Amino acid sequence: MILVFVEHIDFQPKKSSLEALNFANSLSTIDSGEVKAIYLGTRELSINLGVFGVKEVYHIDCEHNCGSDQIAAVLSDAIGKLSPKYFMLSHSSLGKTIAGQIAVKSGMGLISGAVGVVKEEKVKFRKTVFSGKAYAYYGFNENGGIVTVVPNSISAESSSNELAQYSTLNLTIPQSQIRSVEKKLVKGKTPLAEATIVVSAGRGMKDPSNWGMIDELADLLGATTACSRPVADVGWRPHHEHVGQTGIAIRPNVYIAIGISGAIQHLAGVNNSRNIIVINKDPEAPFFKAADYGICGDLFEVVPKLNEAIRKAKSV
Amino acid sequence: MNLLVCISKTPDTTSKISFDATGTRLIEEGVQFIMNPYDEWYALVRALELKEKFGGQVHVVHVGTSNSEMIMRKALAIGADAAFRVDKEPLDSMDTANQLAAFAKTKNYDIVFLGKETIDHNGSEMGAMLAALLNLPFISYANHLELDGTKATLDVEIEGGIEVLEVNVPFVISAAKGMAEQRIPNMKGIMDAKKKPLEVIEAIPSIQKVGISRFEQPPVKTSVRMIDPSNIDELVTVLKEDLKII
Repeated sequence: MILVFVEHIDFQPKKSSLEALNFANSLSTIDSGEVKAIYLGTRELSINLGVFGVKEVYHIDCEHNCGSDQIAAVLSDAIGKLSPKYFMLSHSSLGKTIAGQIAVKSGMGLISGAVGVVKEEKVKFRKTVFSGKAYAYYGFNENGGIVTVVPNSISAESSSNELAQYSTLNLTIPQSQIRSVEKKLVKGKTPLAEATIVVSAGRGMKDPSNWGMIDELADLLGATTACSRPVADVGWRPHHEHVGQTGIAIRPNVYIAIGISGAIQHLAGVNNSRNIIVINKDPEAPFFKAADYGICGDLFEVVPKLNEAIRKAKSV
Repeated sequence: MNLLVCISKTPDTTSKISFDATGTRLIEEGVQFIMNPYDEWYALVRALELKEKFGGQVHVVHVGTSNSEMIMRKALAIGADAAFRVDKEPLDSMDTANQLAAFAKTKNYDIVFLGKETIDHNGSEMGAMLAALLNLPFISYANHLELDGTKATLDVEIEGGIEVLEVNVPFVISAAKGMAEQRIPNMKGIMDAKKKPLEVIEAIPSIQKVGISRFEQPPVKTSVRMIDPSNIDELVTVLKEDLKII
């Protein structure tokens, strides 16, 4: 059995958790086992997870937002009770916080950051290593283990019309030693790690007051905005927008880089994007070598023209 | 205040990564190895800042062979008081965590620091494993840490923003950018480092849970399709027809 931990926001499952369910479905076709899901909360989720191939959904009652230490403890207990062959969860901020704790508490091995699974002589999980410069194939020495799934590495679409059974798992939730004081969230935008389209800009923008055209392009495409390290460091853009080696690593479907030269440290965070479009006036910019599509031109002319053309295309 | 910083050795970001013909071994010739940047720039420097403010000791610990002594000397040159190397090429991340935990248990640390991930395996596994082995709370991806007595207030990176958390010492923390500013060792630091203790610790027995069967280079990008800036409609067609995002 493959047990998948589903994160949710107000009982709406997170996209990255739905991807983990689909990853579990791929795994179940090459290795034995039904897919089951588990989440924390007192109500049913807004989606019946049967449409994601789940046979049975367990929930653990908890009244409030649990701390990561409580979640790690209670999920370890659930694993002890249900004995899944695989336990899967998103490589999200919570997933990264708890996966290693659960590995220790449950005694299972851990492969974190999987982007694919293949059947060779044994089941192997593919992950990106060396900051996107290579792939490695990892396997468990024992029979099964814990796997975290990188957001955007598999579809989040449902594939079935089945309904799953819901049941409550009675487990005691321990006290938390961590207190959440507040969450400061950027409203209304898809978080960068989950975004499928990202519009990113760098030093070529010359001044923070020029970002209007970037925001406009992002709005037209329904994209999340990002930036390179230098412009975050000088405070032109907020730090949470910084993608690259020391910032956030992303793998959207489309990454549009505007006025970013493509230093190796930047590429390390974005080189797993499926399609890269580079707009830069320097024909020698290293980013063109990593790009799928390129426009060599002055961004102050190209971007407004592009916005206008997209607006026209959308109005047709 | 006794602080421990766990450091790892990784290839430099700019190193060319290649593998032998069987795809099982990284070709190390020509690869520059460094202290993992998150461990050095953020975890170690914030630990040193706390020591400078509250007094105490900063220790660094590493699991690896004598090939790693260079990064340990660097940590001492930046300001750590003592370095400890568990003498073992680790089998996997759980092995490393077991070795680090066995060492940490022999001392009495208030905070155990490490970087948010290593830039080679990119797993973000170590902090969580170590915290569970030490039975301590774990705070991951923190980019700000303030200490008031025994109470720490931290900003951590979550999807779409920041969460502010409070926790009492002792705890384990993984550090992200923003936690501190990189420090370059000066000549005095480098000289002093030669006199500081670098102790070698015997490894504990451990079993391997996870293994890498092979590596693979990503496919080389076919050459970029250049679009003339005067023909912006061609890009719009790409966005619409090929990428289907309009």
